[in-house]
Amino acid sequence: MKTNEDMIQGARAPHPIFYWGMTVGVILFFAALVWAILSLPPAAPGLFRQVSDRMPESGVESMVTGVLLNFRAYDTLLEIAVLLVAVLGLGAIRLGSREPLPEAFTAGPVLMEFLRFLTPVMVLLAGYLLWVGSKYPGGAFQAGAVLGAATILLQIAGNIRAGDIPLWLEKTVLISGVFVFAGIGAACMFFNDRFLHYPQEYAKGLILIIEAAATVSIGATLMVLFAGRSLADPHDAESEEGEHR
Amino acid sequence: MTASLWYALIGAGLVTLGLHSLTLTPHVLRKVIALNIMGNGVFLMLISLARRLPDATNPAPDPVPQAMVLTGVVVAISSTALALALLRRYYEASGRTHLPEDDALWGIEEEPPGRFAVMPDGEDDDDH
Repeated sequence: MKTNEDMIQGARAPHPIFYWGMTVGVILFFAALVWAILSLPPAAPGLFRQVSDRMPESGVESMVTGVLLNFRAYDTLLEIAVLLVAVLGLGAIRLGSREPLPEAFTAGPVLMEFLRFLTPVMVLLAGYLLWVGSKYPGGAFQAGAVLGAATILLQIAGNIRAGDIPLWLEKTVLISGVFVFAGIGAACMFFNDRFLHYPQEYAKGLILIIEAAATVSIGATLMVLFAGRSLADPHDAESEEGEHR
Repeated sequence: MTASLWYALIGAGLVTLGLHSLTLTPHVLRKVIALNIMGNGVFLMLISLARRLPDATNPAPDPVPQAMVLTGVVVAISSTALALALLRRYYEASGRTHLPEDDALWGIEEEPPGRFAVMPDGEDDDDH
C-alpha cells in the first residue's frame, strides 16, 4: 500500500474491505486455476495427430509454421493486420499532441563500433530464421522480432532518426505484410478454390513470399512502435538539428 | 508432477499476480504492466500444457497452442505499445496518472497537473 501512496499524490488506501476482498478473491482465482491445471489429464496429444496427418499438404515441414501460415492462416493474417492497426492508432493518438519528444539519442563509441559489427549479423540472422522456419523452429515472427530489435538498437544509438526514412518507403513497408498476405489469399480464391487455400505445389513458395513480406513489415512495425511516431516525420529532428548546426 | 505442469502452475501464478496488481493499483502504467504479466502467464500456461505428451512416439508437442502463443506475443507487443502511447496522451491531456473511475475507490481528490498538461505558448511552435 505504501508504494501506491508514494506514487500518487493525494491517494489513500482503498477501503480495507475492498482490498482484502479482492485479495481473497484473487487467491481463490489462483486456487481455481491450480485445480483446473492439476485436474487435466496428464497426457494429451492435443491436435498433434490432426496437424501431423495433414503436414504433407501444408508445403512446409515445421508444424508450427504449417499451422501459422497454412492451417490457421486467417489468424496470422488478422494478427499482421493488428500490427498495422496499432501503428495507425499510434499516429492517431499522437495527433495534436504537444508533448515534446525525447532528445535524439547519441551512442558512445563502444556501442557504435559494436553496432557496426552487430547489425549485419542481426540482419543475417533474421534472414536465416525466415528461411529455416519452413523446416525448424523459426519463421516470420522470430525473424521480424530480430529485425525489429536491430532497428531499436539503431534508434537507441541515434543511427536512425526521425526523417531518415522517406514516407512512401515507410508506408509501403508497413502495409506490405497485410497486402501481400491478403493479396496472395485473394489470388488463391481466384486461381484455386478458397481464400488463403494455397495450391499444394506452390504452397512452400507462397508461404515464403508471405513470410518475407511479413518479416520486413513486422520489423518496421516494431521500429515505429518503439519510436512512438512515424520515423518519416522529420519535424522534431529538424528543430533539433537546427540547433546543432 | 512433470516439468510442464510445474511451468503451467507458474503461469497461473503470474496470471494471479497480474490480476492482483491490475485490480489493486490505480496507476495506469502499473495496470499496463500487470496486463502484460497476465498475458505472459497465459502464454506460459498454453505452451507448457501443450507439452503433455502421451508417449514417446510423438516427441513433438502440440503445435497449435505454440502457433497461438506466437501470434499472441506479437499482438501483446503491439497492444502494449498502443496502450503506452494512449496513457502518455492521457497524461498529457489530463495530467493524471489514474482513471477517474478509481477516484472514489482510492480517495484521490486531485492530482497536480502533468508536466506537459499546460505548456506556455511559443515553446512548441514547431509541434503539430
